[in-house]
Amino acid sequence: MSDLLQVRDLHVTFKTPDRTVHAVNGVSFDLKRGETLGILGESGSGKSVTLRSILRLHPEHRTRWSGSIRMEGDEVLDMGSRALGDLRGRRVAMIFQEPATAFDPVFTVGHQIAETIRRHTGKSESDAWKRAKELLELVRIPSPAQRLKAYPFEMSGGMRQRAMIALALSCNPSLLLADEPTTALDATVQIQVLLLIRELQREFDLGVIFVTHDIGVAVEVSDRIGVMYAGKIVELAPVEKMVDAPQHPYSRGLLASTVHDGMRGQRLEAIPGAPPDLAEVPTGCSFAPRCKFVRPDCTTAPPNLRATGDSHLVRCVLAETAVAA
Amino acid sequence: MDTMIPVDRGGPAQPLLLASGLRKHFPVGGGLLGRGRKVVRAVDDLTLSVAKGETLGVVGESGCGKSTVARLLIRLIKPDRGTMVLDGDPVDEPHGITVNELRRQVQMVFQDSYASLNPRLTIAETLAFAPKAHGLPAAQARERVRDLLSKVGLDPNNYAERYPHELSGGQRQRVNIARALALRPRLVILDEAVSALDKSVEAQVLNMLVDLKSELGLTYLFISHDLNVVQYLSDRVLVMYLGKIVELGPVEAIYGNPQHPYTRALLSARPSMDPRKRTKEAPIQGDPPNPIDPPSGCRFRTRCPFAEEVCAKLEPALAETGRQAVACHMSVAGSGHSKAVAA
Repeated sequence: MSDLLQVRDLHVTFKTPDRTVHAVNGVSFDLKRGETLGILGESGSGKSVTLRSILRLHPEHRTRWSGSIRMEGDEVLDMGSRALGDLRGRRVAMIFQEPATAFDPVFTVGHQIAETIRRHTGKSESDAWKRAKELLELVRIPSPAQRLKAYPFEMSGGMRQRAMIALALSCNPSLLLADEPTTALDATVQIQVLLLIRELQREFDLGVIFVTHDIGVAVEVSDRIGVMYAGKIVELAPVEKMVDAPQHPYSRGLLASTVHDGMRGQRLEAIPGAPPDLAEVPTGCSFAPRCKFVRPDCTTAPPNLRATGDSHLVRCVLAETAVAA
Repeated sequence: MDTMIPVDRGGPAQPLLLASGLRKHFPVGGGLLGRGRKVVRAVDDLTLSVAKGETLGVVGESGCGKSTVARLLIRLIKPDRGTMVLDGDPVDEPHGITVNELRRQVQMVFQDSYASLNPRLTIAETLAFAPKAHGLPAAQARERVRDLLSKVGLDPNNYAERYPHELSGGQRQRVNIARALALRPRLVILDEAVSALDKSVEAQVLNMLVDLKSELGLTYLFISHDLNVVQYLSDRVLVMYLGKIVELGPVEAIYGNPQHPYTRALLSARPSMDPRKRTKEAPIQGDPPNPIDPPSGCRFRTRCPFAEEVCAKLEPALAETGRQAVACHMSVAGSGHSKAVAA
């Protein structure tokens, strides 16, 4: 199976008059068609910045990119505005955390979906509306013909997120980017939307990158999970391996500090301190100041990604078999 | 004696806080001349008690009224109806205690750590504000600030003179907890207090809350949408749906043997932590209905897989079944529901 997306040594920095933020500091990963990669990280870890870079959604004049993002072989970082326009929405679609702000409030949902279809496929008005109705059926919105005429504010949160997914799938993209799409939803609605995304991913053989801070959510949808910290992927592994035997001290800490069933009365294993300020590029491992296994060589040079066993990558000097990746 | 330390009056068996028949309806929009005016029935005839030294967890989805309950209990909003008794003293009634006195003994921590701090005050000024307002001399207030900061794990020499924007989210929430403790309250209401924190920081704050509770003999009302965190912290759990209590009981009973179909759905909607046992099917469909026009009878019936005729007609009362109290016709003998035991 060939790679759908290839990200190599991606760096993203934002410049403002006051300061420079090194948001992403060398991220590399591949994604195959039909595969779901979960990117797990806390706020400020660079997970959303990485995701948005794939569509180059950051303001051009303040953002510096380096490295490479290849979508089906085409270099995204070199694309002109025409190619970008074709990439966004047709080849790669995105769903966001807050569908209420991602939709335009002054147009009906049907109008917005039909407009996207016409823009990318050149279908007629009536064909586009017909397709829009099919899409609402696909995401299981009840009475879709009626719902096409609804404005975003007339829908509940779960319904809006379903409509957002319909909009994202309207032009048959091969890659779906999901930026915390269920975080704002209620528990009983979240699971419905997660199952819907999983089902559609299978049905359309989509590549999915699912960014979340919630380990449970990542486990529900992902084939592989990448854990990000301070702008780097510190561990990348198939979901079972990540849950059963996380290697990086940060992934281990994150799993141990997440409260779940049967932890009542136990003391939580918290990670001391807080994530670093991204204004400076660290000389060593970014996690070293919070790591309980820290050694002198952790602070001298940033550790490389090492392979420990089959398709399990860890960015830590302690990773057992030090095979350069 | 320091007059700021509230004393236990009624003994350990008397509930610390007893709220009966609390109701809050918010009017929305306006029909012509007040006709056809709609109301959000945020909290409807809610009765609860908080025992001394316990942690009562409150769970439910957005719009179920859990935050309204918190605001009613500390009187940030006035209930339309209902009474409150704090350790034997009626609140805001003749011969009772004033709302000010209530707020000295009951304090609150909010979700948004930044919005709940005054950006123009240093941490020390924020923490000393309430004690000074309640008559503590400046020197003693300074001492208390240092004590509070060390209690929440922030070095006073390092943090007292900083402003809120100079702190991280986790540190700000520690300051908010310190401020809530500044008047040495007996009950602390934590309204989604750890929900905005990253997991690694959340664990630090949860550990701290456990320590502070035993050190200071506190009682917590812990409101959260995160079922795992509520299970971790609570002794008893209250489940709300559209302004009503649907189930209330000890944490082991609620999580181990949930009776109400909504509680069961809520618990099984939690994402699986095991990739080999992923969720196959959503426990219930649809979104929670709008609290402006809640369904007749049982408010959960529109999403309940077991709803029958009786559920639309009659509102189920909260009734003891086994170790917990449940508001469901299926749990009441002779209710007319086919799954209920005959009377």
